[in-house]
Amino acid sequence: MGVILAVAGSAVGLGNFLRFPGQAAEYGGGAFMIAYFVSLLVLGLPICWAEWTMGRYGGLRGLHSAPGVLMACTGRPAGKYLGAIGIVIPVVIYMYYVVIESWCLGYAVNFLAGNMHFTTPAEAGAFFEKMIGVGGDGSAVGFGLSYAGTFLGIVFVLNFILIYRGVSKGIEWFCNIAMPALVIIAIIVLFRVLTLGTPDAAQPERNVLNGLGFMWNPEKVLLEKNGPEGWQPEERLIGNAAVATAQAKATADPAYRVRSVGLLNQLSNPQLWLAAAGQIFFSLSVGFGVILTYASYLRKNDDVVLSGASATSANEFCEVALGGLITIPAGVAFLGVSGVAGMASTFGLGFNVLPLVFSEMPAGRWFGCLFFFLLFLAAITSSISMLQPGIAFLEETLEIGRKQSVALLGFITAVGCGFVFYFSAGLKALDTLDFWVGTFLIFLLATIQIIVFGWVMGVRKGLAEASVGATFRIPAWIGFVMKYISPAFLLLVFSMWVTVNVLGIRLGGGPSQVSGYVKDLFLQPNLVAWMSIALAAAFTIFVLLLCARARAYRHMTGEDRS
Amino acid sequence: MTPGGWIVMILSVGSVTIAFLWCVFKVLTTPHETEKMHGFDRPTPDENEP
Repeated sequence: MGVILAVAGSAVGLGNFLRFPGQAAEYGGGAFMIAYFVSLLVLGLPICWAEWTMGRYGGLRGLHSAPGVLMACTGRPAGKYLGAIGIVIPVVIYMYYVVIESWCLGYAVNFLAGNMHFTTPAEAGAFFEKMIGVGGDGSAVGFGLSYAGTFLGIVFVLNFILIYRGVSKGIEWFCNIAMPALVIIAIIVLFRVLTLGTPDAAQPERNVLNGLGFMWNPEKVLLEKNGPEGWQPEERLIGNAAVATAQAKATADPAYRVRSVGLLNQLSNPQLWLAAAGQIFFSLSVGFGVILTYASYLRKNDDVVLSGASATSANEFCEVALGGLITIPAGVAFLGVSGVAGMASTFGLGFNVLPLVFSEMPAGRWFGCLFFFLLFLAAITSSISMLQPGIAFLEETLEIGRKQSVALLGFITAVGCGFVFYFSAGLKALDTLDFWVGTFLIFLLATIQIIVFGWVMGVRKGLAEASVGATFRIPAWIGFVMKYISPAFLLLVFSMWVTVNVLGIRLGGGPSQVSGYVKDLFLQPNLVAWMSIALAAAFTIFVLLLCARARAYRHMTGEDRS
Repeated sequence: MTPGGWIVMILSVGSVTIAFLWCVFKVLTTPHETEKMHGFDRPTPDENEP
């Protein structure tokens, strides 16, 4: 059982309990879940297996980072430039991931100190916003329990001590003790959430059943208002009472209407598909470069097929059956549908909602402390795994030892963490990096990897490689999916996203759906958004230059070329 | 929560739970499988450098 826990422990992180509910809320629940499961079957699992297989293939040829592995798998030196993305992604994500990790530690300590008993959503929201500095740039800088700065310093140093000294024993302890404890506490919290009923009798529409409806209903009912830009959604309606009230409002005022949006209509928004695929990749660590690196240390007869399947299924169980069923229903019960849908940041929902759930529980202070502390530990194992690709890359390209490599990466990530932490107003830096790197670039690398696996390495060779040491073979029809369906699906979603959400071309006469992230860069330029892009671009150039000059990537063995 | 919502929820939660349990079963019933399975817990060779 220990090995299952080890695999699960390395897969579970902030993506499951915090990012996933935020994404599902932002993109409207039910339709997002359909896109999410399609992405899991067509993209997540096939690309996960492809990555495990390619990683081991590259590692057996002495290469342990994404540029080297992709060079080995493509058989061409230029493959290293494609793999450079596999270094940029984990390092840049680490820059904001560790900031969120510090919020978890901060919440755990504040629960312990008894500062987290909130009676209204406004109190919980005000604590969160003050702690992370959402009100203004630099406002989280400070020392004291109510400032994230205190905890960021501790978390950053702890990460590097662990990675510097070697992490095997720490991770083993976490997986065997903390991981089951986290799941048990999550199940207890889930039970409490599902029995919350209607926390505020004065607002009967704010209840758990409506929360489940928000999360899972495939159809969406909207109250829309007619304005200068045509009909714009004003509120999402869940439950018969809310729909009846809105219909009465629309009957009395012709500026309003109630409209039911079908599943197919919602699924026609490419940004939803991009987000669903991005979430699958983010939480499974697929398209990160992380699996490529760790798989490169496997032996020839290790089982990559069951390892990949177990990591995926454990992760999905924690994400869908625990993370999703806890945060969104609790969010709707406390904040209402409009409060959940209007949450400014992807990661913010859990921090606003979960303290309210713990306030409603017996011994909630201790459960809250334990839950956020275990979440913090889960996040540490994930953030450490994000550093390893960068460390291995610097070792390979600069021909330096692990300790020098850790020190250099520590400096680079300290600059990035400081940037994300300081520019906290509206969480603009964090959200910009999370979209362009944590969603868009992951999507791009996943596309590159599945094309390399299916078309350059070849599906037949790839599946034969995967089956070495495997308990069961990857079914042949998955090979068909890997070669044709996955790349076509990824390229279709990408081209539709560019058409609708970047170029703003309307499909079917609906309102323009230009992405807010595109607006921040081109239509209503935002300085912090541009600086965030510049940070990621500067690091990308650094990685590309190292790829170009590295001796390790200048030659390939005859086997590599075959 | 509409009937469609219940169906989507039960299918989604049920399928991920069954998949996870199947993997646990497969690992526990396959001889020597625990020696061949890994997550990101594997010590990297460079950790041993002096």
